[in-house]
Amino acid sequence: MAEVLVLVDHVNGVVRKPTYELLTIASRLGEPSAVYIGPADQADDVTEKVKKYGATKLYVVDEEPIKGYLVAPKAETLQQLAERAGDGGLAAILIPSSGEGKEIAGRLAIKLKSGLVTDAVDVQAASDGHGAAPVTTQSVFAGNYTATTRVTKGTPIITVKPNSATPEEADGAGAVEKFIPVISDAAKAAQIVAVEPRQATGRPELTDAAIVISGGRGTGGDFGPIETLADALGAAVGASRAAVDSGWMPHSYQVGQTGKTVSPQLYVASGISGAIQHRAGMQTSKTIVAVNKDPEAPIFELVDFGVVGDLHTVLPAVTTEINARKEG
Amino acid sequence: MNIVVCVKHVPDATADRRFEPDNTVDRGSVDGLLSELDEYAVEQALQIKQKREGEGVEVTALCVGPDKAVDAVRKALQMGADKGVHVIDDAIAGSDAVATSLVLAKAIERAGGEAKIDLVVCGMASTDGGMGVVPAMLAERLGLPQVTLASVVEIQGNQVRIKRNGDTATEVICGTMPLVLSVTDQSGEPRYPSFKGIMAAKKKPLETWSLGDIGVDAGQVGLSVAWTQVEETTARPARTAGEIVKDEDGSGAKALADFLAANKLI
Repeated sequence: MAEVLVLVDHVNGVVRKPTYELLTIASRLGEPSAVYIGPADQADDVTEKVKKYGATKLYVVDEEPIKGYLVAPKAETLQQLAERAGDGGLAAILIPSSGEGKEIAGRLAIKLKSGLVTDAVDVQAASDGHGAAPVTTQSVFAGNYTATTRVTKGTPIITVKPNSATPEEADGAGAVEKFIPVISDAAKAAQIVAVEPRQATGRPELTDAAIVISGGRGTGGDFGPIETLADALGAAVGASRAAVDSGWMPHSYQVGQTGKTVSPQLYVASGISGAIQHRAGMQTSKTIVAVNKDPEAPIFELVDFGVVGDLHTVLPAVTTEINARKEG
Repeated sequence: MNIVVCVKHVPDATADRRFEPDNTVDRGSVDGLLSELDEYAVEQALQIKQKREGEGVEVTALCVGPDKAVDAVRKALQMGADKGVHVIDDAIAGSDAVATSLVLAKAIERAGGEAKIDLVVCGMASTDGGMGVVPAMLAERLGLPQVTLASVVEIQGNQVRIKRNGDTATEVICGTMPLVLSVTDQSGEPRYPSFKGIMAAKKKPLETWSLGDIGVDAGQVGLSVAWTQVEETTARPARTAGEIVKDEDGSGAKALADFLAANKLI
């Protein structure tokens, strides 16, 4: 079976959940080989983690020589691993669909003369025979359409959105191979001169959460009621672009076209009008609830349940109600 | 200093967007406009020009697309770009990001001519395809540093310094011009064209180039040679209207809690 490269998503060697999702997808397509570009002293821990999700191999690339440079060295690393595998040696290359992941994929597509699919929400092996490119599903036009796409040239390079597969544990051999890429000077042209890690919130990751409670302009900057309800439900907190632009919440909370795409079991939009920008990021949620003072707000066109009312009174009352029912 | 801003003409995101029978974006029956996210790129280019007044900064708006796409260039000219280039060729229709980046890269090279381009500015993604890969592809093709997804841009001399909000961290990225810069919708609100700007735009140079003009073989672009093929597009069934209640004396909260309980969400 051909190898499938999976770029490990991690923060300083701490593996993030999308890695397991990608490994699960990779095992549908071939033999999963994880590619870890990070601190070498974390490699043992990473090996243990990826083995549990079926990684046959782990390529360990010490990030030390390339740490301070943006995107390009990672694309060169994957290029060299792919070229080493040779023509037809790889069934696919799977990369997390973050801003960085997509940029790596874009550069890699040009280098390998290979087709590229971004933001896949599903990837399945081709039904028409061994060696055919996998079939990817994407949600497009702000979630109004679903497209299925296939790469027709080279090694399929696919970036996959978080939550696109349920991680499945599987025993992988996890054979470790150290790999030292040759990085060009040109790839070291854009330097990362400072890094400020995002602060942990103690709440679930926005893109992983089963429930998301979001606030918009209607909060007037007070996210207290949103956060309290979120904590009662074990939910993540999101924000509309209006709330982020107003400086009320950091950009990492933004749900929408230029923020995160979420697809939780329950999405509660509070004080959010429901502009296309926002819809693009939440329209595929399973159940949608809105609380808004304006009965004409377009968000009400999408909802399974809507409350016309002031979020500042409705949300605290709902929180009380939920807490009471939990105890009862 | 020569700046090229890449602008895309896209179907209006607030309109009823759809696909053609061949699964390419329907660019004919839906009204098009300059991609909102590219307006931020135009704005940044114009701010750089303003800060360097008197230093001979020239901003060229570059667009690849069919007839109507020239409107995206016109809008950029109205906002304040100095000149426009529209690359149009029937062979380009249906091109994927890989081919589009080739056309853009070759057009940027030609736009530079003898005087090289110092800065290529792009939006973070288009509002139709939305892949967000073209800026990185341009950096790859042009062999330039990629300084991308900027929420804040500072330029000193030939140094570009940006803030980049990543998934897990905010980074400060530095590069030396010439380079490719992409900016997010946090980088600063784009200006509206003034009446004066709209009038002035009519007199600004706007060139139309074919693939031959930029040295791209027609066989390298278009739907038939795309490295990815969209096999099927399906409209998502419209969400059926749910129940809407009016909150009166706390009734809304109770009704909502009942709804969540009935759906096993609490």
